[in-house]
Amino acid sequence: MTDLVLTKKDFTSDQEVKWCPGCGDYSILSTVQGYLPELGVPRENVVFISGIGCSSRFPYYLETFGIHSVHGRAPTLATGLAISRPDLTVFVITGDGDSLSIGGNHLIHALRRNVNLKILLFNNRIYGLTKGQYSPTSEQGKITKSTPAGSLDTPFNPISLALGAEATFVARSIDSDRKHLTEMLRAASAHKGSALIEIYQNCPIFNDDAFQIVKDGETKSAAILQLVHGQPIKSATHGVIYKEGGLQVVPLDSVSESDLVIHNANTPDPTYAFALSRLSSSILEHVPVGVFRDVERAEYGGLVNDQVADAIKTQGAGDLSKLLAGTDTWVVK
Amino acid sequence: MTKTVIPLHQVTIRFAGDSGDGMQLTGDRFTMDTASLGNDISTLPNFPAEIRAPQGTLPGVSSFQLHFADHHIQTPGDAPDVLVAMNPAALKANIKELQRGAMIIVDSDEFTTRNLSKVGYETNPLEDGSLDSFKLHPVALTSITVAALAELNVARKDAERSKNMFALGLLTWMYHRPTEATEKFLAAKFGKKPEVLAANMAAFKAGWNYGETTEDFAVSYEIAPAKMPPGTYRNMSGNVAMAYGLIAGSKRSNLKLFLGSYPITPASDILHELSKHKKFGVITFQAEDEIAAVGSALGASYGGALGVTTTSGPGLALKTEMIGLAVMLELPLIIIDVQRGGPSTGLPTKTEQADLLQAMFGRNGESPAVVIAPSTATDCFAIALDAVRIATTYRVPVFILSDGYIANGTEPWKIPNVDDLPDLRVEFAKTQENFMPYERDPITLARPWAIPGTKGMEHRIGGVEKADKTGEISYDPTNHDLMVRLRAAKVAGITVPDLEVDDPSNDAKVLVLGWGSTFGPIAAAIEALRENGQKVAQAHLRYINPFPKNLGEVLAKYDRVLVPEMNMGQLAMLLKSEFLKDITGYNKVRGLPFSTSELMEAIMVVLND
Repeated sequence: MTDLVLTKKDFTSDQEVKWCPGCGDYSILSTVQGYLPELGVPRENVVFISGIGCSSRFPYYLETFGIHSVHGRAPTLATGLAISRPDLTVFVITGDGDSLSIGGNHLIHALRRNVNLKILLFNNRIYGLTKGQYSPTSEQGKITKSTPAGSLDTPFNPISLALGAEATFVARSIDSDRKHLTEMLRAASAHKGSALIEIYQNCPIFNDDAFQIVKDGETKSAAILQLVHGQPIKSATHGVIYKEGGLQVVPLDSVSESDLVIHNANTPDPTYAFALSRLSSSILEHVPVGVFRDVERAEYGGLVNDQVADAIKTQGAGDLSKLLAGTDTWVVK
Repeated sequence: MTKTVIPLHQVTIRFAGDSGDGMQLTGDRFTMDTASLGNDISTLPNFPAEIRAPQGTLPGVSSFQLHFADHHIQTPGDAPDVLVAMNPAALKANIKELQRGAMIIVDSDEFTTRNLSKVGYETNPLEDGSLDSFKLHPVALTSITVAALAELNVARKDAERSKNMFALGLLTWMYHRPTEATEKFLAAKFGKKPEVLAANMAAFKAGWNYGETTEDFAVSYEIAPAKMPPGTYRNMSGNVAMAYGLIAGSKRSNLKLFLGSYPITPASDILHELSKHKKFGVITFQAEDEIAAVGSALGASYGGALGVTTTSGPGLALKTEMIGLAVMLELPLIIIDVQRGGPSTGLPTKTEQADLLQAMFGRNGESPAVVIAPSTATDCFAIALDAVRIATTYRVPVFILSDGYIANGTEPWKIPNVDDLPDLRVEFAKTQENFMPYERDPITLARPWAIPGTKGMEHRIGGVEKADKTGEISYDPTNHDLMVRLRAAKVAGITVPDLEVDDPSNDAKVLVLGWGSTFGPIAAAIEALRENGQKVAQAHLRYINPFPKNLGEVLAKYDRVLVPEMNMGQLAMLLKSEFLKDITGYNKVRGLPFSTSELMEAIMVVLND
């Protein structure tokens, strides 16, 4: 798609990476740096915008343009930039506290507008940078510094939230699965409009092994329901069938292969993807991983710029003298 | 019968009625017809926050005041010479401000027992003698209008709704205004609804004829054109002038204008106006909230656009943290605060100047930003252009503090020649080796504006403290101290014009120093005092941060400095701390602009002290 020959090294900045040893952010960074050459976009046309939190240090480590902005507000800067500079490829880097708590409003509005942003939501189910308070994705009853008797909040399911916000592309991946995350980045980049990838990310300090069940070699094949377009939805032991107007996870040995739901991420009706998103719970017994939804809808920046272009086409480019002169004038001699 | 025509030098008229009575439209039309005759004009709309408060009640009264004259005027006038009151509520809400001898025209049809009791009139003021000291003209506006439209086959409701045009017609006759422009305006407005057009047109003519033929109005008035500098003029409000100034700034800087805004009174009209001008390449983005509004503007600035956000006090409070980021990123950003009464929701439709300290200091840390303020409605055009100059040259957030008074008020605007507008072209950083994002221009102290898409200039910026020159994250104590001082020095070093003092006698002992929208009332008061032989100097601050370089010198020259402000003394506080000069404040927060007469009194107190 381009004659650019860039390598992972070209996208690696000279800054020392300062996350805690063992943090899931390292593997995500490495995967993104490894993926960017494939994107085929010159470095100067790539912008990473983050909010505040551990994950939001991400832009410093990429040899692209980048802003480390205000807590929760990355989508606002990214929206202004993406609308006014449609030539750029804009990524938003955010965490569960950044995008689902303080910045919840901006996330849902970016998604409903379908602004051309690729949003990577690092979900570690904890506040890391502030040293270990529960987050909006923490499981209910979580014991943390701010909830010694257990958290009372019902957590958000980020995928359900995004779908409820009219998102056109929603996917889930896992920090340590380089191959799968690369596939998700590829699919998100191919999508025109907002794309949200929730990435399960391990915080070894304050919430270690929160996602162990989907990472451990012994348990993951049973826990992960692979979402592959055109393929039946199943894990090693379970499959998904239509039942009672919705979807249900059943043991594979209780149904025949032909009863399994064939995944179609392009299903126009969002209730399908929403039903998929509800198959997982906080305990991660069954976790769909992959692209939940990928549908076409006009991209917001394109619409905005079309209106401007249309005005210029139909009315001619603005003439400042005419504007200032107006129509209702009088002359003093 | 022959009617008398009396020449006048100036008149102040107030149209008052229910929010739904069309008083703003009536006032607008009268203004346009008056402007076209060459009178100087100044207007003041005053409307409730409620869109349609219950009919006939005091909270629902909306008014439009217009001052016009055969000479240069500075304000929409203190007490109206003429009050047009469409119902008892409008009479009651405005009567206190009338002086003896003023003319009152009322719609007598509306003075029913029920309507009177709604506003607490125990007896009918049209009959109980309480209005004897005024020239009262009860006119059965509603029934005459309905009768005039009898042959037109319009619904009674539509006929009644045309009564504002009857009132306009009557006043148009009384002050010898031309009728053609209003007829043309109505044809354009209601062209698609022929029956509504016919009703309005007939009501307008009926009002004119009523003045011409009935004996109730024996006198009409003429006001000669004012002597104004030659040129082509139009009537202009502050909000539209601001929008035009931004478009002009965008054209002259060759930058794409990006407005991120969230609707808020009284700033929304700037958003409305700019959204009409897409053919200038203007992008208007109605964001999900105030934070997203300023965030998107900053994001657009980062990409090389002219990022602007518009708001009012409560919205500005929400934008605070993002403006702090703009201070840190050192990118151009224009923040327009059309101030209203506060704190909190305060008085959404009324004017005030109490956000000055919020703009100056309403952020965490040492966070200097530029603060400038237009002095009149039409000055909003010039101030917006200058905001573009400052923001793009120095790469700083620039606050423009307008307010509800000049945002909605109008005055004649001499249309500028585009070629005379300043050249505001800017240069983005070009590809270079060893690029350092925080290496400063030695004169302006601005850092490079290195926009995405510039090959080899990839760099990261953010809200964490920067190392001098390299822009890398730095927690070094000495560096932080240096960066705080550099950001302050950059703002302090911005070039702004010297303060001009108007002191014709050149030996005045008292200086009246204003800022923002108080210019007109202060100038009017000083003009009147000088006519009475008083010696008093006037100066007006358009630049508050940084102050003009000669401000200290100017203050030192005068024994007494009076600072009238529609707040509790915010500019006075800044002046006192900066110059250790004793300042006398004149402070009122009534949601209304100062009247000329109260300022005359306030100045006299200081002169006689």
